[in-house]
Amino acid sequence: MLSGWTVILASFAYLGILFAIAWVADRRADQGRSLIANPTIYALSLAVYCTTWTFYGSVGRAAASGVGFLPIYLGPTLMMVLGWSVIRKIIHVVKANRITSIADFVASRYGKSQLLGGAVTVIAVVGVIPYIALQLKAVSNSFTILAAAPAIVMPAQHSAVPLLHDSALYVAVIMALFTILFGTRHLDATERHEGMVAAIAFESVVKLVSFVAVGLFVTYGLYDGFADIFARARALPGLERLLTTADTAVGYGSWATLTFLSMLSVLLLPRQFQIAVVENVNPAHLKRAVWLFPLYLFIINLFVLPIALGGLMHFAGGVDADTFVLTLPMDNRSEGLALFAYIGGLSAATGMIIVETIALSTMVCNDLVMPLLLRRDWFGLRARADLSGLLLTIRRWAIVAILMLGYAYFRLAGEAYALVSIGLISFAAVAQFAPVLIGGLYWKGGTRSGALAGLLAGFAVWLYTLLLPSFAKSGWLPADFMTAGLFGVELLRPQQLFGLTGLDEIGHCLLWSLLANIGAYVGVSLLRPPDVREARQASLFVDALRLEDAGRWASGGGTTAQVSELLALAGRFLGPEKARAAFEQFARERGVALARLTANAELVRFAESQLAGAIGSASARVMVASVVEEEPLGLDEVMNILDEASQVRAYSQELERKSRELTRATADLRDANERLRELDRMKDDFISTVTHELRTPLTSIRAFSEMLHEDPRIELAERTRFLGIIVGETERLSRLINQILDLAKLESGRADWTSVEVDLAEVIRAASASLSQLYKDKGVALALDIDARLPGVMADRDRLMQVMINLLSNAVKFAPAAQGRVKVSAGGTAAEVRVTVVDNGPGIRAAERETIFEKFRQGGQDVLTDKPRGTGLGLPISRQIIEYFGGRLWLEAPGEPGEGARFVFTLPLSTGDNAEQEHAGGASGEEDTDRGR
Amino acid sequence: MRNKNMREEPVAKKILIVDDEPNIVLSLEFMMKKEGFEVAVAGDGDAALERVAGFAPDLVLLDVMMPNKSGYEVCQLLRADPARAGLKIVMLTAKGRETEVAKGMALGADAYVTKPFSTKDLVAQVKALLA
Repeated sequence: MLSGWTVILASFAYLGILFAIAWVADRRADQGRSLIANPTIYALSLAVYCTTWTFYGSVGRAAASGVGFLPIYLGPTLMMVLGWSVIRKIIHVVKANRITSIADFVASRYGKSQLLGGAVTVIAVVGVIPYIALQLKAVSNSFTILAAAPAIVMPAQHSAVPLLHDSALYVAVIMALFTILFGTRHLDATERHEGMVAAIAFESVVKLVSFVAVGLFVTYGLYDGFADIFARARALPGLERLLTTADTAVGYGSWATLTFLSMLSVLLLPRQFQIAVVENVNPAHLKRAVWLFPLYLFIINLFVLPIALGGLMHFAGGVDADTFVLTLPMDNRSEGLALFAYIGGLSAATGMIIVETIALSTMVCNDLVMPLLLRRDWFGLRARADLSGLLLTIRRWAIVAILMLGYAYFRLAGEAYALVSIGLISFAAVAQFAPVLIGGLYWKGGTRSGALAGLLAGFAVWLYTLLLPSFAKSGWLPADFMTAGLFGVELLRPQQLFGLTGLDEIGHCLLWSLLANIGAYVGVSLLRPPDVREARQASLFVDALRLEDAGRWASGGGTTAQVSELLALAGRFLGPEKARAAFEQFARERGVALARLTANAELVRFAESQLAGAIGSASARVMVASVVEEEPLGLDEVMNILDEASQVRAYSQELERKSRELTRATADLRDANERLRELDRMKDDFISTVTHELRTPLTSIRAFSEMLHEDPRIELAERTRFLGIIVGETERLSRLINQILDLAKLESGRADWTSVEVDLAEVIRAASASLSQLYKDKGVALALDIDARLPGVMADRDRLMQVMINLLSNAVKFAPAAQGRVKVSAGGTAAEVRVTVVDNGPGIRAAERETIFEKFRQGGQDVLTDKPRGTGLGLPISRQIIEYFGGRLWLEAPGEPGEGARFVFTLPLSTGDNAEQEHAGGASGEEDTDRGR
Repeated sequence: MRNKNMREEPVAKKILIVDDEPNIVLSLEFMMKKEGFEVAVAGDGDAALERVAGFAPDLVLLDVMMPNKSGYEVCQLLRADPARAGLKIVMLTAKGRETEVAKGMALGADAYVTKPFSTKDLVAQVKALLA
């Protein structure tokens, strides 16, 4: 005896079991021991496709059109067998792009368009609501029927029942609460619900076992097997028709339409997308689902015809065929089986509602409400740190709203349709996703506007040709809208649009809606080429599997093609030669030629490390991945890399510039250092030379002094001679010291100069006069030839005197005694005065004419014997003086035979004023008989 | 030494003085003659080599800084001549740097005397070398 309370208790007990399974699965998932990481569970969870529509509705449709229920299951079977590569591709895309729903998928494909996501969400919600209504109707009806047992009472028209007495309302409310408890307890970043999937797999088993049990009961309990049922049915005239496929054109068209429609639906229904794609743990699970899911469909459909035929034969009318699964056991007093059948139906309904509403609420929340809230920023959302509470609240309300809409549709339109017809309305709605989704996977030309246009066009046609008629048939809209067309225009009759007849309403809708959809999608897409975002997303989606394959290839062993790509990549950042050299080195170390190198993990790491040096490790990883794994390279990443690369380039240019400066500075330093070293060497040489020059006279002085000191017996004549030498050498020493100091002063620029108008002729005469005794002693004739109009020069008289005495004393020193002749000539040109001193001594070899002006470079050693030696500084000092006043001092080749040395100096006329006017005591022009030869 | 000298009285040791500075040559010549040596002089390197060949001295007082050939060159040439194996060479230089002393010794000089020198020391050194 089944009372209403028993049924209610059983229902809640079943829901409790589901909840427990979900809870355990969630716990296991948190512990990392996933229950659903199993291809069988995946295949079973796909059976969420089988809803109450399958459970009750297939029988109903079979009772009405025989094998006409089959396309709904042929489609998914075909899809799994033929279209598994599409599903696999979708799974890859979803995993790679962290997509959470079909709305997210479409939005993401066409450049992450919020508008598109919203449109898909609206279509999905509107399209799926009849389907949800269907579940509510089924659960409500099955409850009503079972609660009335043992009498077989068909449920009353719900619209006739007051709202608060409508069990469907309570079913909706309970379902809403259960779904909220089930699916929105916490927020999962991946939008994956392990507990839900486990529960759905369990439900799939329950509904299958339940249905098969009823089937076996009918086939073998009420009848004697399949053969018996079919034989009896064929005997009845009304039923024979059911056993053939389709005997009219409409029938064939209908089969094709429904097969096609269900092919799409098994993927495009939000709950199917959720389970097959989003909840997929491992793409490899698809392999088992490809045969296990069709097998499931086959088994659950095995007993559809027997039950339908049995029901039709058992009940001579008055019992809705949709309820045969329930009413056949009831009528045969198998109440336990009836309850089990009810639980099976409940499980089919809850499975669908839970997954569908969770999927839809996710879409509503993520693709509709949040974008709006964020755009308007009504609640200061951007500032809020934790939005998870808000998200869950939105989802909970979305679930309630969806179920209430489902209930509303059920109240408005549900009565006019059988379960299957309601389901097909939803199928046709979600079929509108097919062009943008499938097209988006295989055609890169689709654009955001195209997708939106296609979706809206298809949806509008669907609305007009299928949804509104469903309202009209329910009497909610005026019926003449159906028969006379919109505004009375016959061409616009919703189900004979533009006069198209010969198709059933689904086929009609599908034809027009997909035509409009695809036309708009392709047509609008072709209006303009995809923009950057669209193109990027298109390539991510369309090339998903190719990219995946390429990645596996690389990790699996690699090809030489990729080696060249790696080389090219490295070359772009390191420079081609450098990269090639590095790769060749790498190949050599492994004993293979570069051409035979494979892109194995080692080479990839090598390339990455090479690149990391140039562009940083993070960028290197991304760049190498772009070649090796073909990991999707986001626009942002590309921009970052470009940024980073240009920074690196700027940095390296800067470095190069600095390095060039450094090189230059180093060269300058080296030069300076070289000059310093040279100066140091010169200083050392100078000191060494000066030391030598000082020690030489000292040696004589010391030696003679010591000898005189130690030996008093030295003869007077010798003694006098020695003392004379000592005096001479002492003078030489003093002179030397004075001249060194003088030269140091001249060279350091610290000498005191006066610069006044000097009468050069007077200077020459004075110098000659001061040396006249010397010349007389040696018997050398001194002749002066001075131009009477010799102009004055700006100079220091004492310094000029020093120069003249130096030149004249040199001349007398080298002129032969007695026959010596020295001639001084002085004359002027327009710009300078010129003084020449010529002697008739041995002269100076051409090679020495310049070196004679070097310090301590004395010439004429070979011709002088016991004369007091020069210091080797006289000529250098004279040259310094002359050059100071802007003139030149040099030695000329002898002018005529018999001439010895011929010294010449010039001085600019006094207009060329390059000397300071300040007067200070100059170094005295000390007598100098020195000739620094 | 003195015994030896006395025993071989007629054979006076011969010293060649080489310097380009006349006054120094004069002082050295006077000094060495007074000590009883037979003395010859030369004013530069080439003349020195000539005098060594003709005079066959037992010791050369050799100035370093000279025209034509420096004392170093003369020293090297003398040391390269096996016939002059017993010849003593005393280098005289006004450049007293360590490197120059080392160079002179490396070239085979027996002593290296820095100018200005103490006459007593120089004479003692010459006598010691000729003993």
